[in-house]
Amino acid sequence: MQQTQSSTHGAKPARILVSTHNIEKSFPGVYALRGVSFDLREGEVHALMGENGAGKSTMMKILTGVYQPDSGEIIVEGTPVSISGPKAAQMLGISIIHQELYLMNHLTAAQNIFIGREPRRGFGMFVDEAKMNEDTAALFKRMNVDIAPDAEVGTLTVARQQLVEIAKALSFNSKVLIMDEPTSALNETEVEHLFAIIKDLKAQGVGIVYITHKMDEVKRIADRVTVMRDGQYIDTLPAHGTPMSKIISLMVGRELADATRAEAVSTQDEVLRVRGLNRGRAIRNVSFHLHKGEILGFAGLMGAGRTEVARAIFGADPIDSGEIHIHGQPQTIGSPNEAVQLGLAYLSEDRKNFGLVTPMSVRDNVTMASWTRFTKSRVFMRDGALRDVSQDYVSKLKVKTPSVEQETRLLSGGNQQKIVIAKWLLRDCDVLIFDEPTRGIDVGAKAEIYKLLQGLAAQGKAIIVISSELPEVLRLSHRILVMCEGRITGELDGRTATQESIMELATQRETTAA
Amino acid sequence: MTDAIVAQTGGRKSGRLTTAAVQKAVAFVVLVVLLVFFTFSNENFMSESNMVGIMQATAVNGVLAVACTFVIASAGIDLSVGTLMTFTAVMSGVFLTYWGWPMWLGVICVLLTGGAVGAMSGLVISRLKIPPFIATLGMMLVLKGLSLVISGVHPIYFNDTPNYSMISADSFIATIFPSLEVPNGVLILFGVAIIGSVILNKTILGRYIFALGSNEEAARLSGVNVGFWKVVTYALGGLVCGIAGLLISSRLNSAQPALGQGYELDAIAATVIGGTSLAGGRGTILGTLIGAFIMSVLTNGLRINGVPEEWQFVVTGFIIIVAVYVDTMLRKKS
Repeated sequence: MQQTQSSTHGAKPARILVSTHNIEKSFPGVYALRGVSFDLREGEVHALMGENGAGKSTMMKILTGVYQPDSGEIIVEGTPVSISGPKAAQMLGISIIHQELYLMNHLTAAQNIFIGREPRRGFGMFVDEAKMNEDTAALFKRMNVDIAPDAEVGTLTVARQQLVEIAKALSFNSKVLIMDEPTSALNETEVEHLFAIIKDLKAQGVGIVYITHKMDEVKRIADRVTVMRDGQYIDTLPAHGTPMSKIISLMVGRELADATRAEAVSTQDEVLRVRGLNRGRAIRNVSFHLHKGEILGFAGLMGAGRTEVARAIFGADPIDSGEIHIHGQPQTIGSPNEAVQLGLAYLSEDRKNFGLVTPMSVRDNVTMASWTRFTKSRVFMRDGALRDVSQDYVSKLKVKTPSVEQETRLLSGGNQQKIVIAKWLLRDCDVLIFDEPTRGIDVGAKAEIYKLLQGLAAQGKAIIVISSELPEVLRLSHRILVMCEGRITGELDGRTATQESIMELATQRETTAA
Repeated sequence: MTDAIVAQTGGRKSGRLTTAAVQKAVAFVVLVVLLVFFTFSNENFMSESNMVGIMQATAVNGVLAVACTFVIASAGIDLSVGTLMTFTAVMSGVFLTYWGWPMWLGVICVLLTGGAVGAMSGLVISRLKIPPFIATLGMMLVLKGLSLVISGVHPIYFNDTPNYSMISADSFIATIFPSLEVPNGVLILFGVAIIGSVILNKTILGRYIFALGSNEEAARLSGVNVGFWKVVTYALGGLVCGIAGLLISSRLNSAQPALGQGYELDAIAATVIGGTSLAGGRGTILGTLIGAFIMSVLTNGLRINGVPEEWQFVVTGFIIIVAVYVDTMLRKKS
């Protein structure tokens, strides 16, 4: 596939840093990779795209020595190599920035970067902190970022922690940098900063493998795009001049219809009214209402206070002041337990930690919020009934699982999300608050979740969707509330709102100090 | 691809079940190996009196270990089980000997005392948000002190309640099958284990224990009243400690206020050897029972083979580490 010289982007013929030929890898019972060939040039950003399970991460694990391929060849700067482990990959100049960061929060940036290879002094007995900080400062300078080398990592924002990881990769003189969905936890400004750093690295000759689900990012920074599907190499295309719909169709293997907008809601039954909600600087005087059958979108940048509002309404965090009316009745909600009894449900973006008890079965997770309803004399569990009812929801929501006894940690992201939804449907909640409902879910499953949400609204559920993906907010919402710095900065009609109008409100910072 | 994933995970699931079975079998095999080894190394080991001695010794530690299993499976820990046992034994002496209550009332109140103290630990943990390790460490010392204060640092004898020894030492079975001298204490242990197993696997409390143990925050956000169920879990553990208090004071025909500290570590060891994860979310009563028997067979076998007590500690400690290591390895493989 390095014959694919169709890319006209980049004038000088660039050196190939790393290439793979016909990589095969299978795990017991499943082919993870079938004949994957791929190459990365000096100073290029090569986007790797594909649905979850397409084999992207397996491929990257082979490049970083976590897995050994069954067959095939890896060539680094012209020499065939075998990469025996992560350490060997580092020696070859291949580093990876994981989606979840692996840093020690109580150590400083410099200590994190030089962990395991600290410069020594005093006959090797002491760590030379001064030199370590100096070297770190030099790395940060090269990246054009202003992080103090002795700042405790836990006190930095996620975006800055990510920069520390990148600095760490550079400190190994990495020529190849693999980034796994690096922007998933960043806000717009932070994304801009990251892109600027990526451009600098490109100019320095570093090759970047960029794994992402976001089309607009590919358009902006990638030179070439390689699409994988079902463990197979599909195609490599120039990032510029290839229509997005083409890339999407290669990823899913079918054409997707253009996104449609939500129709107006006919009902005006008010289910939830929030007035003057306050909590520290995170939530400032938030008021809104929600109707039956409505999907209310919450847009805003990361840290705008949307999740905080949801958690406060749900009783997961305490509030300073504010009124919450449910079906017209004023309520004080002191705990999630009370919220659930009032028919509220909160579906966290972090399904693995906050949504599911992953070592437990599908059956137990679907029924968890309703266990008290499935007992004999309030003590013994009616496991047969649990099985039947969860089976019922599994087929209704088309969850792909071999059985309801399957542990939920073994399911894909989309199916896990369906399990969480099933849990709240079974509990008969009528206000569903979704926080990033499709995070980490592949394109095909996303469409299914959208359909599910629209179906629920049509059945009369009141739904709040918090999302950082503007196309998602636009596609789903009847009304859109935009937040910035803990305040609601505006309300838009779902039929007429545009990405631009949302962004304008989302960045409407306070001009005058109170 | 999705089909492939499903097929793969389906396969993995049956693999895991086998591993779980193997895991329990490992503890059981260790127990059998120990029994065979000691049988051949000392002719007195298999004698009826020695077997009864082993079972008697297991009864108290086994019951305490069942109490620990509930708490540990919920990702908590209870360091106060040993001194709570002593405290309930002393209270039994107060009810029966000092106050002269009828035995049935005394027994019920002992169990309620245990449950109440456990509930108190649970409240301290869930309301004051004090980590279980610290909360129950404090409770351990409080109970140790109270036992000494209440008893005036003297043993309380049950001479006025002649039936008291019936609880642990007599053998109900022997009255039906004269050749089977299984003491009542052992029957109680098995009874506690069976009921404990039902609670853990079949009741709503058991389900919440595993949910809390696996992921407390997810359970909380599912609307589970986490604080309440924690209190219930610790109360149940406390009640079971009350049973241990009855057993030990019945066997000794006295409440010994200085006894008890150190029992919690044996009980936790038995629980862990039996495959309950200290991280919570995983554990079985059967495993705990096997763990308790491994500990007492080991202690007894070493003693009758003339191994000095100080070396018994060394060997027991070694076995605990090996057992947990094997468990971890087997789990990693799955």
